[in-house]
Amino acid sequence: MGPRLRGDDSTTSGNDETDYMPSTTAPIPSLADRVRPIKAQAPVVGVHFFGSTPVFVLGEQALLFAPDGKEALLPIHGGGILASVSDGKRIVTGGDDGKLIATSADGAHDVIATDDKKRWIDQVALGPDGAVAWSAGKTAHVRTGKGEVRSFEAPSTVAGLCFAPKGLRLAIAHYNGASLWFPNAAAAPAKFEWKGSHLGVTISPDGKFLMTTMQEATLHGWRIADAKNMRMSGYSARVRSFGWTADGDYLATSGSEQLILWPFDGKDGPMGRQPKMLAPSQARVTAVACHPKQPVVAAGYGDGTVLMVRIEDGAPIAARAAHGDPVSAIGWDAAGRILAFGTESGDAGVLAL
Amino acid sequence: MTAPISTTPTAPATPEKIPVTVLTGYLGAGKTTLLNRILSEPHGKKYAVIVNEFGEIGIDNELIVNAEEEVFEMNNGCICCTVRGDLVRIIDGLMRRKGKFDAIIVETTGLADPAPVAQTFFMDENVGARTRLDAVITVADAMWLKDRLKDAPEAKNQIAFADVILLNKADLVTPAELDEIEARIRAINPYARLHRTERAKIDIAEVLGRNAFDLDRILDIEPQFLTADSHDHHHDHDHGHDHHHHDHGGLKHYHDEDMQSISIKTDKPIDPDKFFPWVQDLVATDGKDILRSKGIINFKDDPERYVFQGVHMILDGDHQRKWKDGETRDSRIVFIGRQLPEEKIRKGFESCIA
Repeated sequence: MGPRLRGDDSTTSGNDETDYMPSTTAPIPSLADRVRPIKAQAPVVGVHFFGSTPVFVLGEQALLFAPDGKEALLPIHGGGILASVSDGKRIVTGGDDGKLIATSADGAHDVIATDDKKRWIDQVALGPDGAVAWSAGKTAHVRTGKGEVRSFEAPSTVAGLCFAPKGLRLAIAHYNGASLWFPNAAAAPAKFEWKGSHLGVTISPDGKFLMTTMQEATLHGWRIADAKNMRMSGYSARVRSFGWTADGDYLATSGSEQLILWPFDGKDGPMGRQPKMLAPSQARVTAVACHPKQPVVAAGYGDGTVLMVRIEDGAPIAARAAHGDPVSAIGWDAAGRILAFGTESGDAGVLAL
Repeated sequence: MTAPISTTPTAPATPEKIPVTVLTGYLGAGKTTLLNRILSEPHGKKYAVIVNEFGEIGIDNELIVNAEEEVFEMNNGCICCTVRGDLVRIIDGLMRRKGKFDAIIVETTGLADPAPVAQTFFMDENVGARTRLDAVITVADAMWLKDRLKDAPEAKNQIAFADVILLNKADLVTPAELDEIEARIRAINPYARLHRTERAKIDIAEVLGRNAFDLDRILDIEPQFLTADSHDHHHDHDHGHDHHHHDHGGLKHYHDEDMQSISIKTDKPIDPDKFFPWVQDLVATDGKDILRSKGIINFKDDPERYVFQGVHMILDGDHQRKWKDGETRDSRIVFIGRQLPEEKIRKGFESCIA
């Protein structure tokens, strides 16, 4: 069964799953032969860009800068790298060495925080005006652009962090819900409650919806204005990768044998509506990245396939053929001209369009 | 219109799953001593160690992750479907460093319930795809276990759940006391491997690489203590008595009024169309009280033996292999749990006979 929304009473089943199955077996167009292969030699856990330079975050210690023709390994952490985020000016990483490190385009890197108990820093987020957030255990910290550090003790281990698109507001996912915290205000964080373990968290670009991925193979969401709940289920696995399209109309998600896009273009978001289910495969989507300008989503699959999928009609173009191990990270440069991806076993590639 | 996608299923590399050994045991029983013993053996293997509490004894290992235990309920309407959020998160993080270690050892707190730990491997797709639960090892203090069984339900849970039990500090009690405490352990869990140890000294092969949750390894589910006493009397007596014990040739048999095991055997073939609905309904209604279940089933007209094992409401089963020529085609099911409705289970299973 394909994903379905249970945010309200409507149980429309207009979208027959078979609509999305391939009708012929003609091969899809492929640009795989134009991909510049990169041997990362370690699991790739993140992909970011400094301008047109792709930077692969490796599972252990290092960033791999991969400008055309001269790859350079930059060791920064003393162990595994657990989380990474970038705003195009710096890449901020959290490690199992208890360090939060910011790396800039020239390779300069500074430790911007160290956990006093040397616990894993496994969640990071970047916000407006240079704010950075990170967490270790139950404690989330924010360092504002002015360098002031504030902390918030969550009711359980922080499982996800993200800033709201405007103002200094941080969403924190934890057990039994999420908290929306204003680090500069004395007021207690707004609580959004729903039973269960909430892992990833994201806020819609219009600031209206707070969405979490859960331990179960579901998404949960709240309309921030009235805390109205929505549940999206039907995934075959835990949703581990998600992102908003450039226009904010869709939330693209992994976790199913199709690319799942939930519509957020109306005032009720996806409530009472069906998702788009594109690019079906026998393998599960493991990583997604929305194009920064066009209505196109890049999707990596559990069998190593990478596709660029046009949202309007689902037309795919392959960037990598099925090849063994799962795609673990995928990303676009800010201009939307370069796609980079990496796999769990350390194969990576760069496709200039 | 959706363009077709041909994802040629190239032979997916099935990477070896990383084995995970869980060490439980009440405070001071010797978990950390056992852990250090495992780590210091000249096995040439690298372990990632997850520790839920720091004790007085240091742990000598390169890769140690300290994390607070977090038991999370799953949103599936079943109150006993819990997972360990800390393990979900940490195993996720550790698998980014795969290749850097050969196995994972989890040292739980003295009060930990092993069930959510085990369920994590069945309920979380990501954890289950990358790691496998090897065994639950419980270290028991020969001197104090008897008291803990009276006042600490956690200690009893850990004994009931165990695949391997180390009756540690065996040198601190008399042989008679040791027999007594062993009999009390057997009253709760007659199926675990039991070793008497001093300072947790044991051959490492007895605690690692046990494959206790591997369906292919469900071969021998005979109770361990019956070897000295061939008739299956332990389960055939009536309930409702307290620490009533029988004496058979010097072997004491206790009955634990709270936690028991039930073993049922039949030489008559079983009807799969009756068995599956029955066992699924049983774990759905009584799964809260069933800690572990195992079985080997001889289905009617089926040349292969069917095996299953479970934790609370989660069941995992498959055909294992062909019955061998001359092999006795018995069906045997075993449940370990709290105040199990023995008569109901017995009658239910008998009603599945073809």
